[in-house]
Amino acid sequence: MKYREEYRDPAAARRFADEIARIVTRPWAIMEVCGGQTHAIVRYGIDQLLPPEVTLIHGPGCPVCVTPVDYIDKAIEIAATPGTILTSFGDMLRVPGTDTDLLAAKANGADVRVVYSPLDALEIARAHPDREVVFFAVGFETTAPANAMAAYRAKREGVANFSLLVSHVLVPPAMRAILDSPSNRVQGFLAAGHVCTIMGFEEYLPIAARYRVPIVVTGFEPLDILEGVWMCVSQLEQGRAEVENQYARSVKRAGNRPAQEVMREVFRVVRRRWRGIGEIEESGLALADDYHAFDAEHRFGPVGASGEDEGECISGLILCGDKKPPDCPAFGTRCTPEHPLGVTMVSSEGACAAYYRYRGAEVPAAAE
Amino acid sequence: MEQDDFALACPVPLPGDETVKLAHGGGGRASERLLDTIFRPAFDGPELARRHDGARLNLTGPIAFTTDSYVVRPLVFPGGDIGTLAVNGTVNDLAMCGAEPAHISAGFILEEGLDTALLGRIVTSMRNAADAAGVRIVTGDLKVVDRGKGDGVFINTAGVGTIVAPDPVEPASVALGDAVILSGDIGRHGIAVMAARERLGFESAIESDCAPLAEPVLALLDAAVAVHCLRDLTRGGLASGLVEIAETAGLAIETEERAIPVRADVAAACEILGLDPFHVACEGRFAALVAPADAERALAVLRRFAVCAESAIIGTVAAGPAGRVSCRGPIGGIRIIDMLSGEQLPRIC
Repeated sequence: MKYREEYRDPAAARRFADEIARIVTRPWAIMEVCGGQTHAIVRYGIDQLLPPEVTLIHGPGCPVCVTPVDYIDKAIEIAATPGTILTSFGDMLRVPGTDTDLLAAKANGADVRVVYSPLDALEIARAHPDREVVFFAVGFETTAPANAMAAYRAKREGVANFSLLVSHVLVPPAMRAILDSPSNRVQGFLAAGHVCTIMGFEEYLPIAARYRVPIVVTGFEPLDILEGVWMCVSQLEQGRAEVENQYARSVKRAGNRPAQEVMREVFRVVRRRWRGIGEIEESGLALADDYHAFDAEHRFGPVGASGEDEGECISGLILCGDKKPPDCPAFGTRCTPEHPLGVTMVSSEGACAAYYRYRGAEVPAAAE
Repeated sequence: MEQDDFALACPVPLPGDETVKLAHGGGGRASERLLDTIFRPAFDGPELARRHDGARLNLTGPIAFTTDSYVVRPLVFPGGDIGTLAVNGTVNDLAMCGAEPAHISAGFILEEGLDTALLGRIVTSMRNAADAAGVRIVTGDLKVVDRGKGDGVFINTAGVGTIVAPDPVEPASVALGDAVILSGDIGRHGIAVMAARERLGFESAIESDCAPLAEPVLALLDAAVAVHCLRDLTRGGLASGLVEIAETAGLAIETEERAIPVRADVAAACEILGLDPFHVACEGRFAALVAPADAERALAVLRRFAVCAESAIIGTVAAGPAGRVSCRGPIGGIRIIDMLSGEQLPRIC
């Protein structure tokens, strides 16, 4: 438990902030990809320590936020099917579908259960052989190996009443999509440390080279993030565009091979739609052909493709880093965690929820 | 562990009484048998011995009067059970009014099929907790609902006690500059219950902080500390407690994260589950808002009690938007502390 003190030391944080201020000569915009990092930045006020030249742009790395509304609707539909148990990570329960959410479905009698691991969902399936048990498998490369392992074991052990509703997404294609956007402002990335713990960072080398952007694999503690920013600003100031690893205590160049193997065994790479962003080629995972029988879409029918009408919600612009939460006229007034207009206000890792929770509705006035 | 002393409440059950049946709530012989074997031996006292519809009490005013319901799952968790929770929760609500808790009522809603040995344990826990807090359970009620219509046991309580604080102890009494004292580390109860309910299997056994708080509160009042407001930090945790006080008082509260004790294992569990210790429930912790001149003296009084040994001044009442509770974090950034929007849901990654 030393990390809490070691990586949250105020004197060390100050030194990093001073060093960043010393080396910066002009404005830079750096995107932290992961919602966990956004959360830490706002919770600890890391952006408040940075010199005005450095702008942190909050990226699309919130798995709850980018799951398309059609998948939420499908999950609700499955949950409402007699004889089924829908299992999910807790975050997903509050995310609004077209008409309702999983919490409301549960209140209306659907058997919706929060699990802490997909293997717990598999255990529920074993314990209820007379019920169909579906796990709502969302997330980035971080959650994919455990979800893959659940499917792998279900197949090996012949747990026939278990299936997965899969809406997995991948980080590198999203980074490419952001860099390809004509409105892109991102000049450097803090890559998500936990994603890289699984995948390693070799797949980021071509991105850094092709787009001439520095990419620093970064952890989640305040000092991790400050060091990541310092490394990124150093590269930008020196005209370098390399992949560097700040989070070496967790991330190895090649990543976690067994985790990658089970992902390759169970999943295949597919084109995916991201809520608020749109379709991105080869940006997600679906169950491989050998696991077709464990695909909830195979058992309960395919997920629709109605697309979403986000109304006045600007979560797409937020997720791409084009806008910050306080830029939205609805922020903190018509849109709050109790009455969210969009997903970035729902998820605990969503940028809007993080701003609202840690800065309050007064942000628009205080931000400038 | 006192709770393990089953002898008082668990005589050999009569044949057929191993589980609670609908008949036990019917008001007939079966009800009497359950009362005689489990409840009367534990809650023995002159008021119950009268076997009347209610208790006759002698109290001098002003009186604090409170009610609460307990629906915790699992019924037994590390550090306590629903019985300890019900008595301590009621005692603490009275203490937070600046009152000396005296008498408690207990209404039980039992689910058909409940193990009577478990019921015996819960009732014994209530007796033990009542003895420890110096209160008596003087009246009660028992109903049984169909299997599937309850969650084992629900307990509703009411409590009365004589107010001993010279001035009203309530949010409206809070003044600019008041010191905010926290009586100990936060979050243990919520994590203990969640870990037991979800079978999270943490290496470290985190026990609930469930405890009676009347003694330290009365000691503060006895020492003539200018106590302006007290709040036990149950559901919603420290965050809800402070935000409610600040909103009602029409003032802001500024806190220091480094001053707020959180046990290392609780902090680690919160990190893993994506929870903020500020929002996690306690059942044996309170916030005291006291006049600044009395703050150090209040700390010295509280630290004499084991349950308050880690008391700390964690902030002050400040001018600012009504209800704004802020926290200066470990690296100096300031964040807003708000109530939870809904249920606390563990995050994905």
